[in-house]
Amino acid sequence: MLKLKLIEKEKSPKIEIGKARLLVEMRNIVKKFYRVVANDGISLSIYPGQIHALLGENGAGKSTLMNILYGVYRPDEGEIYVSGRKVSIKSPKDAMRLGIGMVHQHPRLVEALSVAENISLSLTDVGVFASPRVIKPRIMELARKYGMKVNPDAKIWQLSYSERQRVELLRVLMQNAKVLILDEPTTMLTSSEKKELFSMLRKMASEGKAVIFITHKLEEALSVSDIITVLRKGRVAAQVAPEEVTVEELARLMLGYEMISTVKREPHRYDGVVLKVENLHVLGDAGVPMVKGVSFEVRQGEIFTICGVAGNGQRELVEAITGLRKVARGKVFFLGRDVTNTSPRLLADMGVAHIPEDRIHVGIVPDMSVAENLALKKYRSPEFSTRFTVMYDKIYEWARSLIKQYSIIAPSEKIPAKHLSGGNIQRLILAREFSGEPRLMVAVNPTYGLDVAATNFILSKLLEAKKRGVAVLMISEDLEQALKVSDKIAVMYEGQLKGIFPVEEADIREIELMMVGVK
Amino acid sequence: MPSWIKLVRRADVTRTTVIAVTAASFIFAFLLASIIFFWQGINPVAAYHDIFISAFGSLRGLYFTTLKAIPLLLCAVGLILVFKANVWNIGAEGQLLLGAVAAGWVALYALPNAPSFVVIPVMFILGAVAGAAWAAIPGFLKGKFNVNEIIVTLMMNYIAYKIVEYLIYGPWRGAGSWGYPITDEFPETAQLPLIPGTSIHYPTLVLAILSSLAMYFLLSRTKFGFEVKAVGYNVEAARYAGISFFKVCFVTMLISGALAGIAGVGEVAGLHHRLIYPWSISSGYGFSAIIVAWLARLHPIAAIFMSFLLGGLFVGGYAIQVSMGLSYSVIHLFNGLILICLIASEILLNYQIVLPRGELKWQRLKS
Repeated sequence: MLKLKLIEKEKSPKIEIGKARLLVEMRNIVKKFYRVVANDGISLSIYPGQIHALLGENGAGKSTLMNILYGVYRPDEGEIYVSGRKVSIKSPKDAMRLGIGMVHQHPRLVEALSVAENISLSLTDVGVFASPRVIKPRIMELARKYGMKVNPDAKIWQLSYSERQRVELLRVLMQNAKVLILDEPTTMLTSSEKKELFSMLRKMASEGKAVIFITHKLEEALSVSDIITVLRKGRVAAQVAPEEVTVEELARLMLGYEMISTVKREPHRYDGVVLKVENLHVLGDAGVPMVKGVSFEVRQGEIFTICGVAGNGQRELVEAITGLRKVARGKVFFLGRDVTNTSPRLLADMGVAHIPEDRIHVGIVPDMSVAENLALKKYRSPEFSTRFTVMYDKIYEWARSLIKQYSIIAPSEKIPAKHLSGGNIQRLILAREFSGEPRLMVAVNPTYGLDVAATNFILSKLLEAKKRGVAVLMISEDLEQALKVSDKIAVMYEGQLKGIFPVEEADIREIELMMVGVK
Repeated sequence: MPSWIKLVRRADVTRTTVIAVTAASFIFAFLLASIIFFWQGINPVAAYHDIFISAFGSLRGLYFTTLKAIPLLLCAVGLILVFKANVWNIGAEGQLLLGAVAAGWVALYALPNAPSFVVIPVMFILGAVAGAAWAAIPGFLKGKFNVNEIIVTLMMNYIAYKIVEYLIYGPWRGAGSWGYPITDEFPETAQLPLIPGTSIHYPTLVLAILSSLAMYFLLSRTKFGFEVKAVGYNVEAARYAGISFFKVCFVTMLISGALAGIAGVGEVAGLHHRLIYPWSISSGYGFSAIIVAWLARLHPIAAIFMSFLLGGLFVGGYAIQVSMGLSYSVIHLFNGLILICLIASEILLNYQIVLPRGELKWQRLKS
């Protein structure tokens, strides 16, 4: 453990930090979920006027701790003090009464209602049936104050993710929260939206609010916060000020070991075309065209990344290439063969691997065992089956070796896959998809929501595959990451590719503008 | 729900939990039924005692229980397969009747003079084919066009009832039936052999037990079983893995219908020896088998025991009808209560109820 320091900050000079001003104190919080100890004696002090980053990997206990503060869970042991008074927070309602508000990672709003209606739903002082007209001026006033663009009459379903997040933030502010908890608020934001959010948070802190910012991203913790509490395995690993640590030190604190920076792009030496898409048109679920005339090529040993904001046809494109969705017009060639509208099974057997976007609902069968999930595409191969039966013993043996090779953390290959953590589920999918020795790997947001260690692992496996000559088609919303590993980048907007660049010529600003359709 | 009750997700669901929860919901259903008994002025303890003794307490009772268990088990084994694939066949009743019709046709019209060793296998084979064909219609519609199979299978039951009624009132009405809506008795060559001294038609019993063993093997060892589980647990992932939903949906329906059809052959060739009024042939076995499948938690071997348990309940129902003057529909009430309790208990398989204070104490004790 690094030296524990309590840092006094210069950034908010108006507020003097001292015991008297302590806003929230959590002492020795313990929370167990049966065998799993999520919080193991965590103490945390929150001061007004500070942005406090709570940094840790998935499963470090960040969200559990904040859910305790917000009254979702009750601690097994430990005490919470608000403004020096011992409190017992039994529900989010209690938390709100004490001035504690939380913005969830996935906004919890009623889609069919307007912004103003959603906000009024959670206000205790105006009543559930209060006319939104009463609170509209208050919403506008708050929005102006923090520089948010909001239309109080817009329905939630019309809003983008970042706009929904803003509504949640407004809702919490309307409740006069003194403590704002934000759970991984940047996961789905573009980098300009992130900047906007950070400046709003800064403004709130400067007015004396305490902001708790849950994250697993080192750069964000370093750039936005006044103080960083690092959690590891349910304990406080360190508390540091951002200017006193480097990224590497912070990573070591968070992971407990040196971050291996194997993730580095290597110069390409690609050969033949593996995937060729010609003037592809695909319809979406609602029957409207989602992919409108897309053409590109992915070559052997190349990582080709399509960037774009979700919902611009990426999903439909991938499904059409992997045989899960009908192609309306155009052609798909794999290794020179026309595979337009071929069944997913045939494509998989030919060497098309697919890491799907939705890990839990598409990538695995949660109630089947880890071994069965690893064999989800191979159970029918002569290696593991006779004419009618599956040779489970062989699958188990093979699964054990894959579990080791891909460092999947699972007590046994026979437990249901649903018991694995997100990162381990992704390792499982990766292990399965690479075990088929694919020629083409289609990976959709392969590191979405994963912590640093898992992200590095996944990316290094993709780069390894590229070295072996696998063609990789990646769909990504994480532009920075795409620039780090890809050879070529294309931008998808409203069903079309807005340009294909070799990564050396790619300009992050220009690409971001293309992603939102400005360019 | 009061705020002091909390549901906590179970870390893992063990076999003990499954058995305990199933037993508890079964017992809970009996407790609920006790209220009805009280209301009728009958001591529920005496009633349950009577039910149990009459069903399991004597050899004679056991014979009757076995007779009921045979069709229940055959239908339930088939239902376990479709339910595993997350396809909802509510039409075992109709598929059973089609099997009975096929047996009647073989026995009375196709092979009236053939020897037993020909007629009996042909009846079973054609009965299975007829049941499968009846199930193939909803299976195809569901697999190809995603037509709701619950509605189609349920409605096709009524069509099956009417087909049997048409036959026994019309073209197949027996010459020697004195005008009653029944067919002639099957020739002796088409009557299933019995265990001596009982009325248990053992070929069907053997088929039922074999089917449950075969189903266990199919689900746990075969490629098709793997596909059924994948489709049933997560149809999206199965599609992504290249498993055909149509194949799984259609084939599971065929097998399920075939097993119900065999049950129908057993009922008419083993027990009634003629086609009779449809409800008297099927006796609701196709519906009750749903309860057997759930009581067994979709485990084909457990279904053997559960079909005997439920079969016993039917026999006990007849007994208390006589001894206590209760209506036989009490048994249907039982069935309903058991199914409701089973479905309601599903949540307890995955979640555990804890009272916050109790939880703390319990955890301290453990640590």
